[in-house]
Amino acid sequence: MANTVADLPRVAGNGLLDRRFFMKTLALGAAGAAPGLAFAQPVGEGQPEWVLAPGATTDDYGTRSRFEVERTKRFTVPPGGWGSTGRSIAAFTPHHLMHGTITPAGLHFEINHHGIPDIDPERHELVIHGMVKRPIKLTVDALANYPTETHCYFLECSGNSLRLWGDEPIQARLDITHGLLSASEWTGVPLSLLLDEAGVEGGAAWIIAEGGDSGAMSRSVPLDAALDDSMIAFFQNGERLRPGQGYPMRLLNPGQEGNTNVKWIRSIRVTDKPAMTRFETSTYSDLMPDGKALQFSLAMEVKSVITRPSNADILPKRGVYEITGLAWSGSGKITRVDVSADGGKTWAEAVLQEPVLSKMLTRFRIPWQWDGGPAVLQSRAVDETGRVQPTRRALIAARGKAGRYHFNGIHSWGVGEDGSLTHVYA
Amino acid sequence: MCTRRLIAGTLAAAASVAVASAAADSSFSEAATVEDIERVYWTVQPDGENLPEGSGTAERGAPLYAAYCASCHGADGEGGLANKLVGGHGTLASAAPDKTLGSFWPYATTVFDYIRRSMPYLEPMSLSNDDYYAITAFLLNKNDIIAADTVIDKDTLPDVVMPNRDGFINAYPTIPRRYDYLE
Repeated sequence: MANTVADLPRVAGNGLLDRRFFMKTLALGAAGAAPGLAFAQPVGEGQPEWVLAPGATTDDYGTRSRFEVERTKRFTVPPGGWGSTGRSIAAFTPHHLMHGTITPAGLHFEINHHGIPDIDPERHELVIHGMVKRPIKLTVDALANYPTETHCYFLECSGNSLRLWGDEPIQARLDITHGLLSASEWTGVPLSLLLDEAGVEGGAAWIIAEGGDSGAMSRSVPLDAALDDSMIAFFQNGERLRPGQGYPMRLLNPGQEGNTNVKWIRSIRVTDKPAMTRFETSTYSDLMPDGKALQFSLAMEVKSVITRPSNADILPKRGVYEITGLAWSGSGKITRVDVSADGGKTWAEAVLQEPVLSKMLTRFRIPWQWDGGPAVLQSRAVDETGRVQPTRRALIAARGKAGRYHFNGIHSWGVGEDGSLTHVYA
Repeated sequence: MCTRRLIAGTLAAAASVAVASAAADSSFSEAATVEDIERVYWTVQPDGENLPEGSGTAERGAPLYAAYCASCHGADGEGGLANKLVGGHGTLASAAPDKTLGSFWPYATTVFDYIRRSMPYLEPMSLSNDDYYAITAFLLNKNDIIAADTVIDKDTLPDVVMPNRDGFINAYPTIPRRYDYLE
């Protein structure tokens, strides 16, 4: 393989190869099968034990391989729960251990400011009221009678990557730096349909959503956004929501910062003004250098990150590797991802895995020949509105470092001569 | 349970047919009553809408704070297991902004709203409206925003002006067009 690589044209500096490289070479390599066993005797001699006896019985809800239980798991904060409550409030998706674009429900990130309620769906109702002609209420059973829609959407906490505002590049894995990001296939009833049924009155401009957790999580959402593509979701990846995702129903506001997607939703009030709740004023607002804070900065900005290789990996030898990662935008579809192997001096366009969906994670790939020398790997996403993922430097020049939320700067992996990767600022 | 729900559903449906005969066959909701709404809607608006009856002062709030809040937020609101609530005034534009209830929160109504719906952390909604008004008053007084004997109730709370009242900019829907990121 190395011989064929040497003849290939480079598409950018430091070893980036034509994105069709793997398609070309794999076609050549598909020959040759293992030779048959040479001896008589029991033909199974040398086979692993799981081949030589029937396996386990099927059960009524599948589980992962026991070999993955300890390896592929979320990072929780704090790991043992807070001393005062015994609870962890956050779980981070381990993108460095994953592939594809859908997050299994059990690996989906969570921020539960007031814990996960154990809701009996028979005793849970969504009430829609306020500036409506007819206040209504729905159980999840009632909700299930309505026409549904199914869409794939990412969810990202606006606090995702907040450690990247720091002065020094944190040597933490991708769950810490980018794990408050997940994506699912969500099924629910369009909120516009339910609001139409209640009959929104003239002058209405916001909805106030409240959850049924012990903090009664509350957020105000602009009515035009809610009427656009918000839904009351009750299925995730084909099964009912997990308790940590809002069972039995949640608000889903595609592309908006995670906190507005109120879980365990039980109240939607239609109003002419926002409520100025704790979480939309003092928590999820972005402090600027002049001391003013941006509020209702709802859309998650265009962003990407290389998930493999990452600092969870070591390149075992010189050779050709696939660089792959995730790109997303709260404003629509990803149209392009560029990758650099020389810290942003030169860029080459990566392949986007189809289908590319609006407000959904998009996986990108490009082959890269590592020659054993130093490299800095970066990705830069562009969305259909033309917005370009900024460098960290440009982001900080525009916003300062105190904003805490909505970090979407380019992420850099430095490759050492020993094949190890470190998080660097480049 | 099933029977009770069926009966309740039938009654509500019967009641709503007259009100909303226009509701098509595709409607499966029930009419919500005032009681239904009050059970799930806890929001207090900055103009005081939905504030309950009751009142409190900082003096009355001090022992309540000590009993229910201090173990996480510190005896004087200095923070601990949970957020700092007092101080930080004038730091927002500095290199080390200190965002507390006193220095950062724009509306006093939000203080009452959030404490009432979610605190004490392990026993939310366990105190009376008078208690929640008193604890709100205590925290406002600790931040030098009101006097120790100021009575806080549904009429006075909306008039309290927080130091950072004008510190927020509504960014919707301009985000994310607000910056030119290109170097």
